[in-house]
Amino acid sequence: MINRKIELFVGIFVALAIAATLMLALSVANQGMTGSGETYKLIARFDNIGGLKARSSVKVGGVVVGRVSQIYLHEQDLIPVVELEISSEYKNTFPDTSSLSILTSGLLGEQFIGLIPGFIFPEDLEMIEEDKVCETTSLDNCPYLTNGEEILDTKSALVLEDLIGQFLFNQGNE
Amino acid sequence: MTDKLNTTISIDAMKFTRGDRTIYESISLDVKKGNITAIMGPSGIGKTTLLKLIGGQLYPDNGTVEFLGENIHQVSRHRLYELRRKMSMLFQSGALFTNISVFDNVAFPLREHTKLDEDIIRTIVMLKLEAVGLRGAHDLMPSELSGGMARRAALARAIALDPELIMYDEPFAGQDPISMGVLVKLIKSLNKALDLTSIVVTHDVTEVLSIADYVYILANKRIIGEGTPQQIQNSDSALVKQFLQGKADGPVPFHFPATGLEESLMGAK
Amino acid sequence: MIQMLQKLGRNTISTFSAVGAASIMLFGAIFAAPRLKNIGLTVHQMYVVGVQSLLIIMVSGLFIGMVMALQGYTILVNYGAEGSLGPMVALSILRELGPVVTALLFAGRAGSALTAEIGLMKATEQLSSLEMMAVDPLRRVISPRFWAGVISMPMLAIIFSAVGILGGHLVGVDWLGVDAGSYWSIMQATVDWNEDVINGIIKAIVFALVVVWIALYKGYSCIPTSEGISKATTETVVFSSLAILGLDFILTAVMFGIN
Repeated sequence: MINRKIELFVGIFVALAIAATLMLALSVANQGMTGSGETYKLIARFDNIGGLKARSSVKVGGVVVGRVSQIYLHEQDLIPVVELEISSEYKNTFPDTSSLSILTSGLLGEQFIGLIPGFIFPEDLEMIEEDKVCETTSLDNCPYLTNGEEILDTKSALVLEDLIGQFLFNQGNE
Repeated sequence: MTDKLNTTISIDAMKFTRGDRTIYESISLDVKKGNITAIMGPSGIGKTTLLKLIGGQLYPDNGTVEFLGENIHQVSRHRLYELRRKMSMLFQSGALFTNISVFDNVAFPLREHTKLDEDIIRTIVMLKLEAVGLRGAHDLMPSELSGGMARRAALARAIALDPELIMYDEPFAGQDPISMGVLVKLIKSLNKALDLTSIVVTHDVTEVLSIADYVYILANKRIIGEGTPQQIQNSDSALVKQFLQGKADGPVPFHFPATGLEESLMGAK
Repeated sequence: MIQMLQKLGRNTISTFSAVGAASIMLFGAIFAAPRLKNIGLTVHQMYVVGVQSLLIIMVSGLFIGMVMALQGYTILVNYGAEGSLGPMVALSILRELGPVVTALLFAGRAGSALTAEIGLMKATEQLSSLEMMAVDPLRRVISPRFWAGVISMPMLAIIFSAVGILGGHLVGVDWLGVDAGSYWSIMQATVDWNEDVINGIIKAIVFALVVVWIALYKGYSCIPTSEGISKATTETVVFSSLAILGLDFILTAVMFGIN
């Protein structure tokens, strides 16, 4: 009798803990259970990354599609290189003419990377259909961004001091 | 060799110290199979320690303790636990598990060490409780028992696995005359009925002399007298006499060792 | 001078031997091969240390979440950033308050009880009598309590965090009028499962190990008298609390400090 009561209470306890974990996973934390899905890597060089950090998000029109995995300085060129992890959900989605810019959410918010999808030439679309260029082992001719590819069109972060400087310079000119 | 077979416990030249204090200098004693052996001595002499040494809970500095011919302090841990199933101990406080009922207490060693059905366990437990006269109290909690009943319940638990050796630690301490009489009778009858070997550690002289087959008297870190109750009572050792007759002062001094009284009083300033 | 050095030496030796004895006990408790029967014992102990701590943990979590929201709101509203209330409450509870406060309460509620229980079992010779019944007290008494504590405390910490965040919602959204959508969505955007939630749980597991270890060792090694038990119980709470706070700093430095 007593044992049954104890087991019941322990059962309730465990159920509560599971419910709490689920709540933390689904409505508190961002990636939740699906967080560690498959990704592919993209590289981009910026002149200035501003306050961008590893784990900052990559968004397309506000939708999170990936994260910054690491940031380092290019050994020869001495400019920052940013590695992105994009969810495999978005494989063969973004054309290689897409561009990146470092944006800020709100006035005091954190910085993130905005990805603006480019376009695909109609003849490239035919190539995808007919030659299956995105399904062969060598993806060089694939018009989409693929694993390890570099995005060439990047816009640096806006640095407040530079902006003010520019503003003053322009004023001086007038 | 025949002697070996009939000896349950054999202690040889055992020395034991705790910290800086020597408890035993060199003790040798034998417990014969089927006997009730009494170990007597003034309180604070380390009688409980002796039982713990026999049970393998403490380790001597020197000398050996053999149980059924095996050195209890040199066998493997596994073997020690096997040997302990053949012995059991009745603690001074009873040491019943306070969170389970009397029935479950007695059933505890059976459930731990055997794979018997619950029905059989129930039968055994009821028989053991019947033997100590507590069958009616089986569903009480230990806190609801009187001191004497708790000790009898603990005794039922101690004999649950039918051990070969049972050690009683001060079974008569703090008991009213009736419970004491009951316990004396129980120890005697259980020893006979279950073919047990018993060690009774106590300082209640009259009770234990009435049931013991052989008596050792411990004092001053060694054995000061041994023999059958008859021999002990006729002993002419001053120490033994002091103990048996309960004189306040004698070879065992009334005063705890101290500097002279005068000195202490003067020193108090 | 020599006496002082001798005293220092003696204290050092006794400290080391205590840590050694505690480690041996811990080792015995962890590796005492769990038997089927002992799972029942562990469940029973989960009731004692877990379920019976549930109420105090949930009430504390609720109030801490509510206070966090109230305090946070009064500051954030000055910068028009009350939308960040969600992440502020969630992050501070998940990373710090959840594990730490739960562990402190757990040490006071369950740790002290464990010490006192085992100390009393020792004083009433129950541990000795187990040994004489050829039942290993480490396996029968210590091990189930150890596992029950180590399993229960992180669960309590998770429940604490969840209740705390709900408490923050109660004050922030229902009372102070922060937009419910922004409370949850900005929280979701900021809180990271691995970085924040898992690290908080790791902290809780570490604290659980330490608290239960200290509590069991203090009970197991106490002097079996009433003063001995009361001293051991006090020491359990004091040592556990200090260990929790000290370890929290180290863990925080390792997890979040260097980036």
